[in-house]
Formats: sequence, C-alpha cells, structure tokens
Amino acid sequence: MAIKSVIEAVHEAMHEEMIRDKNVIIMGEDIGARGGVFLATQGFVEEFGESRVIDTPLAEAAIAGIAIGTAIKGLRPIAEIEFADFIWPAVNQIIGEAARVRYGTKGAVGLPMVIRAPYGGGIRGGLYHSQSVEAYFAHTPGLKVVTPSNPYDTKGLLKSAIRDNDPVVFLEHKKTYRLVRGEVPDGDYTIPIGKADVKRSGTDISFISYGLMVHYCLEAAEMLQEEGYSVEVVDLRTVRPLDAETILESVKKTSKALVVYEDNKALGVGAEVAAIIAEEAFDFLDAPVTRLAGPEVPAMPFAPTLEDEFMVSAEKIVVSAKKLLEY
Amino acid sequence: MSIQIELPHVGESVTEGVIGKWLKNIGDTVEKYEPLLEVVTDKVNMEVPSPFNGKLTAILVEEGEVVPMGTPIAEMDADGVDAGEVVKEPETKEETSSEIIAPASSAGIFLKDVKPVGPTGSGEEPEIPPDLLAKLGSPEAQTTPQKTDNSNKVRYSPVVKKLAAEKNIDLSKIKGTGLGGRVTKEDVINYSPTDSAVKSTTTGQAPVIINAQEDETELKLTPLRRIIAENMVKSNEIPQAWSYHEVDVTNLVLLRKNIRQNFIQKEGVDITYLPFVIKVVADALKSNPLLNSSWGGDKIIIKNRINLGIAMAAPHGLVVPVIHNADTMSIAGLAKYLKNLIDRASENKLTLDDVQGGTFTVNNTGALGSIVSQPLVNPPQVGILTTEAIVKRVVVNKDGAMAIRDMMNVCMSFDHRVVDGAESGNFMRDVRDGLQKLGEDTIIY
Repeated sequence: MAIKSVIEAVHEAMHEEMIRDKNVIIMGEDIGARGGVFLATQGFVEEFGESRVIDTPLAEAAIAGIAIGTAIKGLRPIAEIEFADFIWPAVNQIIGEAARVRYGTKGAVGLPMVIRAPYGGGIRGGLYHSQSVEAYFAHTPGLKVVTPSNPYDTKGLLKSAIRDNDPVVFLEHKKTYRLVRGEVPDGDYTIPIGKADVKRSGTDISFISYGLMVHYCLEAAEMLQEEGYSVEVVDLRTVRPLDAETILESVKKTSKALVVYEDNKALGVGAEVAAIIAEEAFDFLDAPVTRLAGPEVPAMPFAPTLEDEFMVSAEKIVVSAKKLLEY
Repeated sequence: MSIQIELPHVGESVTEGVIGKWLKNIGDTVEKYEPLLEVVTDKVNMEVPSPFNGKLTAILVEEGEVVPMGTPIAEMDADGVDAGEVVKEPETKEETSSEIIAPASSAGIFLKDVKPVGPTGSGEEPEIPPDLLAKLGSPEAQTTPQKTDNSNKVRYSPVVKKLAAEKNIDLSKIKGTGLGGRVTKEDVINYSPTDSAVKSTTTGQAPVIINAQEDETELKLTPLRRIIAENMVKSNEIPQAWSYHEVDVTNLVLLRKNIRQNFIQKEGVDITYLPFVIKVVADALKSNPLLNSSWGGDKIIIKNRINLGIAMAAPHGLVVPVIHNADTMSIAGLAKYLKNLIDRASENKLTLDDVQGGTFTVNNTGALGSIVSQPLVNPPQVGILTTEAIVKRVVVNKDGAMAIRDMMNVCMSFDHRVVDGAESGNFMRDVRDGLQKLGEDTIIY
C-alpha cells in the first residue's frame, strides 16, 4: 500500500470514479484548467475533457443548481465549492431544494450528487477561508454530511458519496490535505456512510470527534497514556447520519465522554452527540458529558495568536480530559 | 402499656434469624412502621418495622445473636395499647379452611409491612454490627466507622448507582477516590466487600473448613445447608409413596426444535422443555386438586392457587423459587419468567415472595442426566414431581410395531396421608397425556 495525503486520496477517488462511471462529472471554480485550488482535479480536464470537467463562473448557487439539474437527469455530478466559506449563496439550492427532492417526490426521485467543500481553520486563512459549516447542513434531513479525517477514510467515503443516490455534502478539512498522510490501498474500495470508526481503543474515557480534531484527540490520548490513562477515540466520519450505536457502545464502556469539535460549541454537532449520550446512556455515565469546541465568535480571527486561541489543540484536550478523568 | 416485640415470622421454612442491627436505641421514640431493626435470615435480609407508636424500653436480644422466629426481642411502651392485647397476623386468603391460620407469633407485625432489604430486597444491605464482625473475625471489626463530610460523596453518578444495585453494594461503605471524595465507577468495580460476612454465613457461598484432621475434614454447616437438612428430616416424617410413568415426548421434542430459533430471536430467551412441563402440571393440578393441598393434622387443606416451586441448583445450594399462579401463564410467559428466576437465583437475588407460597414442586432432575429419581416431598406440600432425561428408545406401539421415540420418565413422590394410588395415578396420567398431546398445534402464547 502506498502512503498518500488526504488531497491525493480525494484526487484518486474522483479519478477512479470518473473512469468507472461516465455519468460522473465535475464542476466548480478553477477545477478545470487550473486543476483546482488544492490540485484535487489536476489533469482531469486533459483526461476527461471539458464536457465532464466544467469550469464554472464564481456563482455557487449556479454550481449547486446545475448539479441538481444534471443529477435529476441521471448524471452524477461532483460540485466543488472552492472554500466552504463560500457556500452560502448555494444554501438555498442545497437545503431548500436538493435535500427535499426525494421527500417531495414521494421517494421517486433521488439526486446522486456530491457537494465537495474544503473547510476548517488552523491554516492562517482568516475570516473567509477557515469556517466549519457542517452543523448547518447536518441539521437538515435529506442530506448526508461526511467529514473524514484521514486519506484511507477519505477515498473510501468519497467513492461511497459519488455512488450514493442522494445528495451528500462532503467536507474535507483543509489542514488535513497535506498534513495528514496514511496508507491508501490501490484500486477500488468503499467505506459506508454513517459508520463511525474507533481509531483508538481505551477504557477510561471516550473522545468523540471528527475531521482534523480526531488527530488532536489521538495526540492527546498518547499524552494521557503516559500518565496511565486509557483513552478511546471515536472518529464519527459522518455527522449525518450519526452512528449512535458506536458512540453509545464506547461510552457505555468508558462511562465518560468528551466531545471534541472545531466548530462553534453551541448548537454544533457535538451538542447532538452529547444529547444522544445523555438520552441513551444515562445509566452508564460516571461524569458529565462534556464538549470541547470553538469559542462563541462568528469567524476565525486573522491574528495568528487569536487563531491559535480559537483552535482546539491536543493540549486543550488533555486539560479538559483530565478534569473528567479525575472527576 | 409495655408490649413485648417478637421476632416476626417472615415466611415458611424460615425458622430463625440473626439480629443484624438495632436501628433504634433504648429510650428512642418510635413511630409505627418506622424500622426498628434489621434481621438477617436464611432467605432474605429485612427491616422489621415497629408495630406501634411508642418508646423502645428494652432490647432483649443483642446484635449478632441467632434466635428462632417468635422469640421476644424487645419491649416497647406503646401508646394506646392495652396490656395483653394481641395483634394477629392478617388471615391469608389462600387456603379454603379458615382454621389453618398460623398462630400470631409476632406482636402485630404484618408480613406485608416487612420490607425486604439486602441482596434480595430493595438493595440496602444492612450494616454489620461491629461485634458481629468481631465474631466473624473481619478486619473491619477493629475499625470504627468514620464520619466524613466530603460534599461530593453522597451524589452518585448514574453508572455508580447502577453498578451498586447490580452488585448489591452499599455505596455509603465505599471510600471515594474521585473529585471531593466522589465514589467513582472504578471505586465500585474495585470494591470488594469485606462486610459480606453475614451474607456469606447465611448463604454459605463456600464451604468453611472448621476442622481438618488427617482422616477427616469437617465443614461448617451453612444456615442454608442446615435448613435443607431440617426440611428433609421433616419430609422423612411424611409417609411417602412413589411412582413413575413413561411419557412419549417425541412431538414435544419436535415442537421445541421447530419453534426454538424463532423464539430465541423474538423473545430473547431460550425455550426449554420446562415451561411445557410446568404448564401441563399446572393443568393437571387443576383437575386433581388433592395433589395441590397440604396435610392439616385433622383436615386436608386444599390450596386454591397453583403456585409451582421449581427446584434449582443455585451456587450456594438448592433453592426452590415459586411461580405463583402458574396455571394462568402462557408457555412463552413461563419461559421468560423461568429465565428471570434462574438468573436471580444464580445471583442470589431472590426475594421472599419468590421463595414462599409454593403448593407443589417440579424438579427437572433430567438436566443432571438422571432417568429415574425418587424425590422427597417438600413439606407442607403433598407432591413433588421430577422430569427425567429425554432419551431415544425403541418402543412397541399399540399396533405392535416398533418405533424409535423420544421417551421421558416422570416420577412423583406424594404424601400418602392425603392421596392414594388412585388419585396420584389419575394425576400422573393427566400429566402424561398432557405432555403427549403437546405438538405443533400447541399454543405457546
């Protein structure tokens, strides 16, 4: 198996699916001639032609809307939003339309489309290139929201997303693109959407997280192990639908849960995870279910010091976890 | 007026109890129904409530002493009760004869008011009095209870409460290691009760060697062993007759095989042969009420309810939990209830209600491989029936043809004072026919 980065996994998944199914098309800003701002589609236009690899105007509503239209007609569009922060003009198309088509047609019509968007901070991107947007979409029934953390999961989940017959919002954390590398098998494999993964097994506390934060959780787990604590790390991988079963299984074992996410804390994905635990595993808890997440500010600050303050880190996770471990 | 309080009878076959702990001191004012003391018996531990409003004036039996039921244990100055007034136990309506009420040997403590505690009751284990601990040689005997006022200690997390209930641990005994002395999940898991002394002497989990010589080793009698022995001696006083019938259970075996997979999937419990047997025996008792009775010296007392005792080997010895009104339950219901009883018996969690009121006993000795056995009647019941191992045998049918059939023996011992061969024979035939009639048409719900 080759060691690859997350962005290479994205590239490879799309490339293989383009070859596998001629109905797969890609559209977005700078994805053709430029090969994508992160080079996710490098070489695609040369290989598959301009009819399948479509450079669009700076018009996110149109990108999502055209994806809906082509999906209704039977194509499998992958629509790239260059940065998740730019997705807002497309929200009406995604939440107002795409999410409702299956329901509104009494199950008859599905939209086999993927909205890909790089998200997340910690990359000195400032107010307009750092946002976490998953909670907005995860709130909406009719959408699936996938947030992988490593190259292996990214490739398998993106393939599942492309083959899915309903709209999937596929969020890739920018900081993981080149920072996170791992083994990726050559050739075809998929990972089911909606299934969490225990990235590290432990008995004293469960860290439940997704995306970039999974890596900080693993780092923190390593640090805590030196102090004699056994930490389990659950990578949600998909935030809608949530894999309640895996979450509960873990918490029932450890009796303590720290939910870690980069997004603003209030009303985020972690709030839902915490609620599921409180509702379904109350009798197993030995400490308050706790969230560690981003602060209550509307966007990532530009100043590096403030950005560091905004981001959850392994050190912050250790501090929060110890409060629970010593509880 | 001064009234004597006696150790109340708490159920059949419980003959004595250990005074666990006095909850009131001499001179204390006591309200009616307020717990006076904790009593540890062979079967359950319980609190004994005060029968009156008044004042405790004397304690006649000290903590740790073993006394027979009915022994005066305390004196009370009761408000508004005249000397010599005797408060009877309530009449039990189970029996037809109204003359067979047990003498009111307790000073007005109603069984219904006795709240079971401890491993088999509501979960509160009685505290072990220091002198009793000393007698039992526990290291805790030397220590005096310490008062800690760690604020967090009394607030237990859900998992701590759950584990404590499962393991019958009194949380107040655990020294918490969490924040502010909080009892953590780990604390509960790691807690090994040194104070299970009373429990283990009453239930006798492991045999205690009291004298090991070269040629012989003497084991201490546990109260349970002693009570089984006493019951067996009592049983031996009954003139018992015995018979056994062969039953062709081929169709039952097939039926169980066919429904088993589905049943496990749907109900989450396995279905054994026992629920079928219980159902058939309950029906047969209905048509043969004399088998569901007891000898009353100068009368026979027919029991109107069919409460089947099921003999089980629990970790610490024989227990016979009772399925009350077994005739009203479906086969599926019996299967589930049996599982529940077996689980609780193996965890030592049977309650007083579970072990009393039996009117007839069923014992599945076949589970141990036996093909014929001669059980002893469980007094005051009249009959005990065993089901033996199911074996394939060559059988000659009524047309003279040979066939390989699943055969099971059913044995019964009965009190010959009450029942003769004719009645017992009728009963056994009903059991046999009932079992042979089971088949794919049998309704299990």
